[in-house]
Amino acid sequence: MAPTRYGKAVNQALHDAMAADPTVILFGEDVGEAGGPFKATRGLQEAFGPERVRDTPISEAAIAGMAVGAALSGLKPVAEIMFMDFITLAMDQLVNQAAKARFMFGGRNSVPLTLRTPHGGGLNAGPQHSQCLEVWLAHIPGLKVVCPATPADAYGLLRAAIDDPDPVIVVENKALYAMKGDLDDPPAIVPIGKARTARPGTDVTVVCYGAALHIALAAAETLAGDGVDAEVIDLRSLQPWDEAAVLASLARTHRLVVLHEAVEAFGIGAEIAARMADVGFDELDAPIVRVGAPFMPVPYATALEKVYLPGAGDVVAAVRRTLA
Amino acid sequence: MAPRQSSNDRLLLLYEGMLTIRRAEERLQALFADGEVPGFIHLSIGQEAVPVGISANLGPADTVASNHRGHGHALAKGIDLDGFFAELMGRETGLCRGRGGSMHVADVSIGMLGANGIVGAGLPITLGSALAHRTRGNDAVAVAYFGDGALAEGVLHECLNIAALWRLPMLFACENNGWSEFSPTDRQMKAKLKDLAGAFSIPHHDVDGNDVEAVAAAARNCIAALRRGDGPRVLECHTTRVRGHYEGDRQDYRAPDELAGLAEVDPVARCSTRLLAAGVEKARLDAISQAVDGRIAQAVERARAAPEPEFGDALADVYTTAAGG
Repeated sequence: MAPTRYGKAVNQALHDAMAADPTVILFGEDVGEAGGPFKATRGLQEAFGPERVRDTPISEAAIAGMAVGAALSGLKPVAEIMFMDFITLAMDQLVNQAAKARFMFGGRNSVPLTLRTPHGGGLNAGPQHSQCLEVWLAHIPGLKVVCPATPADAYGLLRAAIDDPDPVIVVENKALYAMKGDLDDPPAIVPIGKARTARPGTDVTVVCYGAALHIALAAAETLAGDGVDAEVIDLRSLQPWDEAAVLASLARTHRLVVLHEAVEAFGIGAEIAARMADVGFDELDAPIVRVGAPFMPVPYATALEKVYLPGAGDVVAAVRRTLA
Repeated sequence: MAPRQSSNDRLLLLYEGMLTIRRAEERLQALFADGEVPGFIHLSIGQEAVPVGISANLGPADTVASNHRGHGHALAKGIDLDGFFAELMGRETGLCRGRGGSMHVADVSIGMLGANGIVGAGLPITLGSALAHRTRGNDAVAVAYFGDGALAEGVLHECLNIAALWRLPMLFACENNGWSEFSPTDRQMKAKLKDLAGAFSIPHHDVDGNDVEAVAAAARNCIAALRRGDGPRVLECHTTRVRGHYEGDRQDYRAPDELAGLAEVDPVARCSTRLLAAGVEKARLDAISQAVDGRIAQAVERARAAPEPEFGDALADVYTTAAGG
């Protein structure tokens, strides 16, 4: 067990996957010589050569499309879209091609591609470099979406994504790349679709994913000081999401808060709340409360962005509403 | 290695390939009119020489990706005729088990990476396939079929750049029929493909796309260059769209004399004329015609007799592993 940065865990997962399987290739903008905008791919081109680790031009549609074509032709490509905001330019290939090329061809082939992309604010990156757009992809039948919150999951979910026969979008939070956490030796692969109880508790369930996990844990500490024992569920996977784990937790706590950094309206939290209001109706002792970003673009100025981003205080307030 | 064939034998094979596409699409036209084929179909009648001439130079390891007018590309690549009709007729025995239809006929196992409902979308898929061939170190090539309407799609420009930059074994096979859906391409596109190719230093070749021997010869040169590792090629095949953008399109926007003139350049008729002039007996062409019709009739009958797909099976096929990893 060694403390490892999130970005280094991503790097190690890519390294290990490429070492284990010669059909794994990597491409994206500046992932090779430059080592990636967040240095997640540093050293991989030296290790595996320029044929397997390729710097692409700034051509997001072609990057995503190449991943589809390579996946249909015997490789396991790992593509990178430098900021999740740029995924807008790749959406045809993800939505109309990658997601459907198994189903619409009769289930006779799969599309084993992985696409990594960082989302999230907190870096004053402004409206076009900060968005959390994962719900778009989670809405598309045929795509899988994961969002690791810790270095161990950054490793484990990425390995699982590369091994998976279906297209998997791995959403990393930019603010987490420098975060340190324990990584087993050898690190574990984390199955897609399984949530993790990050903090057990009895009074309320807080469901979250990605960087919001750390906000939820901070809120849980504050609440513990007031005698409220919150259970924190880290979804890890958004599509498919672990409905059984959330329902099981709700059945213990009878109160539910759903938290994410993405805009609250029409979000992942809306889906979870709607499902739990249905299958978990008899368990609920209070309305389900969502915590997410307000319905506005991510603002630039520190004074604006710090208000924009959901914080532990928002989670504490939401939990108190469920206890009122 | 195929045994040496006389030029007439080679041309007869090309003729049979074109006739198969022609008769299959004529049959689809009738099935569509009778309601046995639903949805939208886009026929490639008049364009058969392009995929047949190109496919004459392809092997099973080579890959192609296509567009919405893709029946000919798929059939020429060797997809199963029974599976083709069953797919368009919405049967479980269809190539895609009734989930894709006309715009998505595919058989990845033989390198046919799909027709496509999105204009230009097959281009980056082909690029990725060419990248895979290169990475795997074989001499396979990847062919993107696209129309002149796709010249206006941005992703074409991305793909020309990357293919040239990385010298990938990709053939950009443009079927230039002059029409971008319902509009003449010269009113939609300022640049010519030749100039676009030139901008990326990709060799560009014009060919009479209704002359199957000319297409086959031009494609042979292009594909040989790809296999040598000389980088991508653009093959612009000037051809004719006889039917509307889709079946049911009355083509009110086309001049009557343009449509009337299409018969003179019909690639199938030109090929049969050439064969007869070269001394091939008419009886031999008739026998090919009968055989093609027989195979198509059998495919349609088999499709009619085949079961319809089950919804639950389709639902279960969205993912390979439903619960993930």
